[in-house]
Amino acid sequence: MEREKKEKAYEQYVKEKTPVHNVWTNMAKAFVTGGAICVIGQMILNYCNQQGLSKEISGAWTSVTLVFLSVLLTGFNVYYKIANWGGAGALVPITGFANSVAAPAIEYKKEGQIFGIGCKIFTIAGPVILYGIVTSWILGVVYYLLIKSGVTL
Amino acid sequence: MDYINAFWVGGLICAIVQILLDRTKLMPGRVMVLLVCLGVVLGFFNIYEPFQNYAGAGASVPLVGFGNVLWKGIKEAIQEYGFIGTFMGGLKAAAVGTSSALIFGYGASLIFEPKMKK
Repeated sequence: MEREKKEKAYEQYVKEKTPVHNVWTNMAKAFVTGGAICVIGQMILNYCNQQGLSKEISGAWTSVTLVFLSVLLTGFNVYYKIANWGGAGALVPITGFANSVAAPAIEYKKEGQIFGIGCKIFTIAGPVILYGIVTSWILGVVYYLLIKSGVTL
Repeated sequence: MDYINAFWVGGLICAIVQILLDRTKLMPGRVMVLLVCLGVVLGFFNIYEPFQNYAGAGASVPLVGFGNVLWKGIKEAIQEYGFIGTFMGGLKAAAVGTSSALIFGYGASLIFEPKMKK
């Protein structure tokens, strides 16, 4: 009995102390931030298309430019402010990926080229690449088997 | 028109992920992994390509689009080279995003000093 009461009191305490985010405000912020980044991407994409570049090359330029801008903002300590405000809006676009590569590399440079920059640069990029490659390999094998058995997707 | 589509689709994906962040205990790293894997799966089922034709950068800039590119690379490699293609196409297609992040990220680590977070 005594213990149950204590547990309940503790649960109550945790509930009170955990900051309650307003989901709707956060969603609106994420929507605006993510939307804005995608619009910038669309601008670069359209510009490349106007220059007569192919769809694939335009996409590549868009990625490279966004990644470059994001790394620059990370270096000047601006990106984390955007991320603080925009939440998932700054995390989901490829700029969030670039930030997750550059930020730990800068943060841990004191630990040296190999164990500092070299290892930490993959803190998030590593898992992302690993599971992306493994997932697509498995589905690739499925796709291969489907083709072999005459099914076309 | 394509700016509006890019804005609301890209924004919507981010808003949905925001619910995940707020309502579950998923950390940003896990969310990124999930998004890329989701993109691969959606690409496999041929869902992402038509979606991207509509939303443009609104679909290609989020990490789901990165997963889709990964899948496209593998698919094309399989069509061209058969089974060995499952090992060839993925990283090749994802090379632009990965290489640019690594190269610029490394450059930034040489130029910039870590700053204290306020």
